[in-house]
Amino acid sequence: MAKVIEGLYYAESHEYVRVEGEFGYVGITDYAQDQLGNVVYVDMPEVDDEVTAGEEFGAVESVKAASDLFCPVSGTVVEVNEALEDEPELVNQDAFENWIIKVRLSDPSELEALLDAKAYEAICE
Amino acid sequence: MSDKRTCLYERHIALNAKMVSFGGFEMPIQYTDITDEHVAVRTACGVFDVSHMGEVLVTGPEAERFVQHIFTNDIAGAPVGKIFYGMMLHPNGGTIDDLLVYKEGDERFFLVINAANIDKDYNWIELQAKNFDVVTENQSEYYGQLAVQGPKAEAVVEKVLGLACEELVFYTFKKMEVDGETIIVSRTGYTGEDGFEIYGSHAFTQKNWDKLIESGEAKPCGLGCRDTLRFEVGLPLYGDELTDDLTPIEAGLGMFVKVDKEEFVGKEVVARQKIEGVTRKIVGIELEGRAIPRHGYEVVVNDEVVGEVTTGYNSISTGKSVCMALVKIEFAKLGTPVQVRIHRKLQNGVVIKKRFYDKSYKK
Repeated sequence: MAKVIEGLYYAESHEYVRVEGEFGYVGITDYAQDQLGNVVYVDMPEVDDEVTAGEEFGAVESVKAASDLFCPVSGTVVEVNEALEDEPELVNQDAFENWIIKVRLSDPSELEALLDAKAYEAICE
Repeated sequence: MSDKRTCLYERHIALNAKMVSFGGFEMPIQYTDITDEHVAVRTACGVFDVSHMGEVLVTGPEAERFVQHIFTNDIAGAPVGKIFYGMMLHPNGGTIDDLLVYKEGDERFFLVINAANIDKDYNWIELQAKNFDVVTENQSEYYGQLAVQGPKAEAVVEKVLGLACEELVFYTFKKMEVDGETIIVSRTGYTGEDGFEIYGSHAFTQKNWDKLIESGEAKPCGLGCRDTLRFEVGLPLYGDELTDDLTPIEAGLGMFVKVDKEEFVGKEVVARQKIEGVTRKIVGIELEGRAIPRHGYEVVVNDEVVGEVTTGYNSISTGKSVCMALVKIEFAKLGTPVQVRIHRKLQNGVVIKKRFYDKSYKK
């Protein structure tokens, strides 16, 4: 059974946002990493890139396939998780600990359109 | 049209395999994990259900002349028990399929073709056979097939299956009588490792699959690692590196095209390409970073698209991101710097030999 954490915001496309102040840490959920299998590459944007809610910002790749990442929130990328460049498998080890990008949120009201843990858990069943 | 199932379908489901559609069949892509299955074949032994492959028997007084007519390799004077790899071509040189030809006798040849091409191939074979004194029979529905692959394959086939295969040399086969039926065991495969392919009835295939799985000596392996294994050693997959629009010369497989032969369909075009050269070619490309080139991605030089990726992976055996790609001939030379567009970004790479890992066949 995939892990779902209380207090995060979830997208139906299986990304999460953990909000800390004006920033959001965006990654893929435990359910998503489990479905993908071993992650062998994470394609990430660059710092200062703009991301838009609902639009693609990168990809996580298993041996066989690339899955696009969709950003649940809009804003500016202030940091990317560089550890994933050399150790993409960290996403499998702990998807919630190993976020992919840190975004300065440009419109925090977008969070209201996302799912809470309970609602997200329901769509993973 | 819904996908067909092989005689091992229920066993794949029981092993919790992830099933996908491939070549008109519902096939296991992986049982546990592509990487684990890949490593099992490189280091020990894996078993694949390849019952989706097609088989065609050609018999008759003109069987050899007929096979020579539809096949690019030269089987003249071959001993019984020998196997040849080659292609069937359209008159314009495009590739209908790549296949194996097993010489069972002077008037008897067994052709092994790709699952996705069974109908296309057999229609072509029947059409061509009209001008020859031969009988063709599509036996694809009868045969199941197991591929037992890896450095321990010989020991596993001998001990677990009780089939004497030790004396078989690479690309030869023998027929055996087992449980009242004639089966075929060949020292062939599609992984770059030593191994065997075993053809028999559905009942035989099921029984021997069960023996292998129950013994724990052969890991069940899906089509996912079959593709990563064949790719690493530079073997083509029909649909990626060979197509109706691509000749074997363009695919870099000229060694299996014997233009000294008197005649075969497509000879004129490929013989000319061998002399005059080609305008595009399948090459290997190694990238600097880990980004993964995949089928259809653009190959770029100085902002100009010069080709496209046919197969690519982050190689499981070497950790490098590599691909095969069809590029304009000006950019096919070893050492040529090229880029591949991956997720909008251009990744730097260089043209290398399309063998990313050394084969370890038992010759």
